[in-house]
Amino acid sequence: MTLQAFLLLASALFSVGLYGALSQQSIVMIMMGLELMVNAVIVGAAAFWYYASPDRPDGQVVVLLAVTAMAVEMAVGFAVTTAIFRSRDVDMTDMAADLKG
Amino acid sequence: MWRDVLFWVCAVLAVVSGVAVFRVDSMARATFALLASFLFAAVTVLLLDLPYLGVLVVLMMIMEMVVMAVFMIMYMMNPAGLMPMTMVHNPKGSLAIAVGTFVLLATGVLVTPWPGSDAPRPDDPTMQLGEALMGSKMLVMIVLGLALFATMVCTVVLATHRGRYDRYGDRLERKRPHDPIRGGLGR
Repeated sequence: MTLQAFLLLASALFSVGLYGALSQQSIVMIMMGLELMVNAVIVGAAAFWYYASPDRPDGQVVVLLAVTAMAVEMAVGFAVTTAIFRSRDVDMTDMAADLKG
Repeated sequence: MWRDVLFWVCAVLAVVSGVAVFRVDSMARATFALLASFLFAAVTVLLLDLPYLGVLVVLMMIMEMVVMAVFMIMYMMNPAGLMPMTMVHNPKGSLAIAVGTFVLLATGVLVTPWPGSDAPRPDDPTMQLGEALMGSKMLVMIVLGLALFATMVCTVVLATHRGRYDRYGDRLERKRPHDPIRGGLGR
């Protein structure tokens, strides 16, 4: 176990999440990709706390922040999905391209 | 030694199940693949002597994925793989961007001389976190609380079909509610 190993894991999770967020059509699947990316932040911040500055609490606070961001992202994402599905019967990103420039 | 083995097993399984999320043909299976990925990642956090945060991630992810499964079934594109259809757009471009990002990040991870620390580790990391949140990092906690409260309000507003402002007007000045169908007590 080294800092590099943990950061490699975080990079892999982040890239997998990025692929999902970019390629999926369903809004719910996009949120899964975003959650994987936030999960990479959790792993990376925890590893930084352990290896780089265990005497300061900053790394742990970032983990807590990421966990909260995940919960907020999921709640608001589902609320937006519900709102747009209710008003326009849309559950795919390709059908909600109004702002495409 | 056993920690190294456990870390690498969990790391590989976390990435493999993360990939499986976007490979399986049913969104319900994708939810549980994502849950597996989160749990394996949480084990690596537990290996870093962070029992509180690791268990927090485990418990939160189990609940979150169970809630997510319900929404999955509501907005499922391909229920149980019964209706084969493509669920992706521009997969090649996305794959190229994702692989490029990984190569870039991995190169940075491997060539950067990361700082180490000889500082003593705290006896109880949970105590360290708690004291920080109630002391020097209290602003973070306050903002998080405010953000969670704002989330509750805006999710309810977004998910409400017809609220009282739809029925009684923006200034709540209507005597009778504006409903599509008449009825109810006294109307």
